[in-house]
Amino acid sequence: MADEQHKHEEHIDEMSSHLLPAKATILAPGHTFATVTDKISAVVLSRDTPAAWLIATGGFGLLAVWLLFATAYQLARGIGIWGVNVPVAWGFAIVNFVWWIGIGHAGTLISAILLLLKQKWRNSINRFAEAMTLFAVMCAGYYPVMHLGRPWLAYWLFPYPNTMGVWPQFRSALVWDVFAVSTYFTVSLIFWYQGLIPDLATLRDRSQNKAGRIIYGILAMGWRGSARHWKRYDSSYRLLAGLATPLVISVHTVVSFDFAIALVPGWHTSIFPPYFVAGAIYSGFAMVLVLAIPIRRIYGLDDFITIKHLDNCAKLMLATGEIVAYGYIIESFMAWYSGDIYDRYVMLDRMGGKYAVFYICLISINVFFVQVLWLRRIRTSPSLLFIASVIVLAAMWLERFVIVVQSLHRDFLPSSWAMYYPTFWDITQFLGTIGLFAFGMLMFIRFLPMISIFEIRELLPEAHVTLQEAD
Amino acid sequence: MRELPIWGLIAEFTSAADLALATRRAREAGYRRMDAYSPFGIEAVSSELGFEYTRVPLVCLLGGILGGLGGFFLQYWIHVLNFPQNIGGRPLNSWPAYIVVMFECTILGASLSALLGMLALNGLPQPYHPVFNVPRFALASKDRFFLAIESADPKFDIHNTFRFLQGLGARDVQEIPN
Repeated sequence: MADEQHKHEEHIDEMSSHLLPAKATILAPGHTFATVTDKISAVVLSRDTPAAWLIATGGFGLLAVWLLFATAYQLARGIGIWGVNVPVAWGFAIVNFVWWIGIGHAGTLISAILLLLKQKWRNSINRFAEAMTLFAVMCAGYYPVMHLGRPWLAYWLFPYPNTMGVWPQFRSALVWDVFAVSTYFTVSLIFWYQGLIPDLATLRDRSQNKAGRIIYGILAMGWRGSARHWKRYDSSYRLLAGLATPLVISVHTVVSFDFAIALVPGWHTSIFPPYFVAGAIYSGFAMVLVLAIPIRRIYGLDDFITIKHLDNCAKLMLATGEIVAYGYIIESFMAWYSGDIYDRYVMLDRMGGKYAVFYICLISINVFFVQVLWLRRIRTSPSLLFIASVIVLAAMWLERFVIVVQSLHRDFLPSSWAMYYPTFWDITQFLGTIGLFAFGMLMFIRFLPMISIFEIRELLPEAHVTLQEAD
Repeated sequence: MRELPIWGLIAEFTSAADLALATRRAREAGYRRMDAYSPFGIEAVSSELGFEYTRVPLVCLLGGILGGLGGFFLQYWIHVLNFPQNIGGRPLNSWPAYIVVMFECTILGASLSALLGMLALNGLPQPYHPVFNVPRFALASKDRFFLAIESADPKFDIHNTFRFLQGLGARDVQEIPN
């Protein structure tokens, strides 16, 4: 009997030698399934909260509270507290909307497109990049709703049977936007949640207190890691990635339709959809870096978010930045080539008019400054990359400001020309949404695994099993 | 259904490769009512279980088709049937303008059905399952790999199956209480 068992073990050893391990390069060496699990779940399950987290939560939490106050004040007083008026009726609200929703795009690109392209390095940053998408879309969604003037009637945007007998106008780009943004939020949430399920089960099994076991247990829905479940899970995960890919491209395209479908000079151009999508991903990667660099430092996660990740994100930022630069060139060229006096005038005014300083700033950053990312030294230095990313985020905000405000302030009729100046509320509400975004991210980091544990396990060579054909 | 004293036996392995091999051996030995548990998905294990095909893509496709058609007919019904408006003499069924919303509804329908279809086919949410009665099973979400053979399997015999699982190089074999 013992002999037989021995023979059997020998057979297994022999079979094991045919297993082919794959190579991992984006994970510090020396990790096992257990260390990966412990290290990532410790951030959530530990009782020690880093002081930096408490300070940041306090500060950004105050800003988020200010947003609540400003919202209440606006509900009472109306959008007159903003600087918007005819002809610049969009102002900060739409600038911030486009900026925030653009930031979300990098999250979906990392989680969906890079999954389909089998870019394994994405496994370390997809989870928090998706969370970033969710909070950015929340901040984005806030603006058009408040901009409605009577935000309590926002549900009129959806087609529902009502006693007034009226419906949304589906031929309007603004209604497309409602569908695009709400679908984007829902699908991002679904994708993020599905990714979380196995990790929630890990937290459920490892939580030291009853509340944790109950809450994570409910959220994990009884996940037990069955092979059949994993098979369906994988299928659904890839399908969602395949669906999110065209979706993310469509969202900023539809946002650009808000402008491109209109006849306003400076807006009515066919380069807008690709140029908006590239700009979105460009600013989104800047935000990913702005979040990843402090997080890996504070939580000591350099093993999982390595220099390689920062380098790759910077490369993608550079590549999309070049597309954006091409967009600027084509935009100006087409204004001249169209021969349309209004288009030509708006472009010349953009370069030399009252808002020219912003245009010059954004061109010098997005076209010239971003070229520093060609230098490996910058791409592999976390602090320099952090500074570069903040500058890029500011420049992309200026880009949207110039598109929205400068185009509107020089209309077809000189009699309707006027300047736009933001008010105290415009500026502090924007800071408030930054507070809301950061506060949301901080809560996420504290209560959910910010790095996908099961996908990091898959990066380990011993996770790859290939059996010989059955004998 | 007759009440079985235990739900089955569970063997613990320390590597994904051992689990894949053990699954193959168990299948070759004629066991069918069994399942493997691991902290991440292993393609080789589900194929060894003979589970090659899932209906998740089909559910997703149907959801997408329903969403797309629903999106189109929503707009058609509103703009052509329920509330026709002549705007600059344009046709009521100006379908190119409906494409964006149709597209979004397609993605929404397909995505919701991919997630809900996956959960429904997996029988989740499922608060109770006998394997959770084994204390060491908590490691299935960390770094251990398990193979469970149900007592409802026709070939199941507590002594023989126990010895069989031990012979597969399991670190430990335990009973799963019902």
